[in-house]
Amino acid sequence: MKKQKMFFRMITAALIRQHSRMLVALLAIAVGATILSGLVTIYYDVPRQMGAQFRNYGANMLLLPSGEGEFNEATVNNALGVVNKENLVGAAPYRYESVFINEQPVIAAATNMDGAKAASPYWLVNGNWPAAENEVLVGKSLAAVLGVKEGSSINVVYGEESRAAKTEADAEKTAEKKDIKEKDIKENKAEKSNETDVSEEKEGMPFTVSGILETGGSEEDYIFISLSDMAVLTGKGGRLDAAELSISASQDELKAYADKISAQNSAVSPRLVKRVTQSETTVLTKLQALVFLVTAVVLLLTMICVATTMMAVVAERRKEIGLRKALGASDSSIIAEFMGEGLLLGGVGGLLGVIFGFAFAQAVSMNVFNSSINFRPLILPVTVIVSVLVTGLACLLPVRNATDVDPALVLKGE
Amino acid sequence: MSLLEIKNISKIYGELKALDDVSLKVEKGEWVAIMGPSGSGKSTMMNIIGCMDKPSLGQVLLDGVDISKESNKNLTNIRRDKIGLIFQQFHLVNYLTAVENVMVSQYYHSMPDEKEAMEALARVGLAERAKHLPSQLSGGEQQRVCIARALINYPEIVLADEPTGNLDEANENIVIDIFRQLHREGTTLIVVTHDPEVAEVAQRTLVLEHGRLAKEIVNENFKD
Ligand SMILES: Nc1ncnc2c1ncn2[C@@H]1O[C@H](COP(=O)(O)OP(=O)(O)O)[C@@H](O)[C@H]1O
Ligand SMILES: [Mg+2]
Repeated sequence: MKKQKMFFRMITAALIRQHSRMLVALLAIAVGATILSGLVTIYYDVPRQMGAQFRNYGANMLLLPSGEGEFNEATVNNALGVVNKENLVGAAPYRYESVFINEQPVIAAATNMDGAKAASPYWLVNGNWPAAENEVLVGKSLAAVLGVKEGSSINVVYGEESRAAKTEADAEKTAEKKDIKEKDIKENKAEKSNETDVSEEKEGMPFTVSGILETGGSEEDYIFISLSDMAVLTGKGGRLDAAELSISASQDELKAYADKISAQNSAVSPRLVKRVTQSETTVLTKLQALVFLVTAVVLLLTMICVATTMMAVVAERRKEIGLRKALGASDSSIIAEFMGEGLLLGGVGGLLGVIFGFAFAQAVSMNVFNSSINFRPLILPVTVIVSVLVTGLACLLPVRNATDVDPALVLKGE
Repeated sequence: MSLLEIKNISKIYGELKALDDVSLKVEKGEWVAIMGPSGSGKSTMMNIIGCMDKPSLGQVLLDGVDISKESNKNLTNIRRDKIGLIFQQFHLVNYLTAVENVMVSQYYHSMPDEKEAMEALARVGLAERAKHLPSQLSGGEQQRVCIARALINYPEIVLADEPTGNLDEANENIVIDIFRQLHREGTTLIVVTHDPEVAEVAQRTLVLEHGRLAKEIVNENFKD
């Protein structure tokens, strides 16, 4: 026991009272450990961060009716129950109906505005999102055609006969929706010319344009109203055509969610928006490979630096090593002492690295992703152990050199 | 049986005979000085007696054991147990305090014991300076730490290579007084020196020249 105490007294004294060279080694290890712990923190945090970034590009999962049973708000809410609350960025239910504005056939999409805003953060609204009853968001192209702007009043007419044709056509994708709708509407027109008057007798419903929607996509041809307004307009509520989900999760997790949802509810047919999920996965994989590579290179450099420094330290302390041997130190105690110094250095450097690494990761995260990260306790032991291992490996050769020192050199005159 | 018996040893480096057929005996408790010009083989002799080197030819019996045939590992053990070393350059570990330097010797020998190390420093008059680093000590003080370290494990033989070579007159006298005291206590002392004053106080002086034992002078006026 006393012997161990003296051992620690000697190696800590060597580190504390001998500064300079050892400080260089410590610095090298601390830098290596900083990069290690910083990059590993980022490595684990990037999927979350990048996921959040990608969520700006819109929904990555669609819920569509499978054709079996009712597909309404309750069905969608039931399906959402499967998704972890923290991961659900946004969910927007959609109901599409054909309507007429100024005699022109138009697709009206009814949704939950907050949900749409969250699921499609890239949507740009000139004006305001509909907040009150009888407010409408008009797509930019459509607004040009209709000649309306923010604050304009429009009259929306719902044709009852379009309903029958609509129910069968449940599209799979929002983008496809438009074509289908247009087909529906053409059919409707054809029907109308035969049957006459049902829709023309309708009074329609007055709406105020709260804002103009820019998306760069087919949504610019639609009008968007609340689900409750749609229920009033059509005289019928509840039924939905789709729901767009934006979930912060990897592709595999998304697949798992989709499987769970379809298993739980046969009325729902979940689809991944491949274009979004795949690019997300590819970018993440490449980024993580890069992080891994950089970390490996930095650790290698650290090892080389520590090895060179320890070589110099051993050379500098040849006399001391000779003296210790002259006093009766065996090769193994010389190895133990230098290794002890090296490993202590590795441990301290590792601890410093954990602290600086977190600061580094935090800075990167704040600058690149604009969000803070949480400290992962596991980083602490991992960084310290890796630092100690790297230092130990780096010390092998220098320490071997130390055992080669001849004790007789203590009697050589200067 | 003599404590140390050297029989016809030579140490040969290529063409050079650093030691050439040297024989000598040292009895237990004796105080012997070795003199000779630079390069005459004094340190080579100390290395061999101190179990840090082996002769090319001949035998060295220490306490009846022939150390000229031992493995390096056994030599380390013998050195640790039987030899105390005092150096011209002191060779204190620069980042350890005086008392820690003494404890290093205990550490390799058996168990570090701070109290005992403090007592050893007190014996050489350094109790007050025990917590100082070598850089905070004068040359004479450093040499006394070195002596305390050499004595801490009660060695059979104390070997001193030019112990006063780096000291002034006053400190030289302090060291000589310590040697006297050691001799009175029965320690066997072999002191290599350039300095006739340091040699004169020993019981016997051996003179080396070109690796050969040229002369042996017995000090008639030796006093305890
Ligand atoms: N390791 C060595 N290799 C070659 N020559 C050596 C070695 N050690 C000592 N010598 C030579 O042996 C001779 C005696 O050296 P040494 O015992 O150190 O003399 P000194 O009496 O001055 O202490 C010197 O000529 C020295 O150069
Ligand atoms: Mg010499």
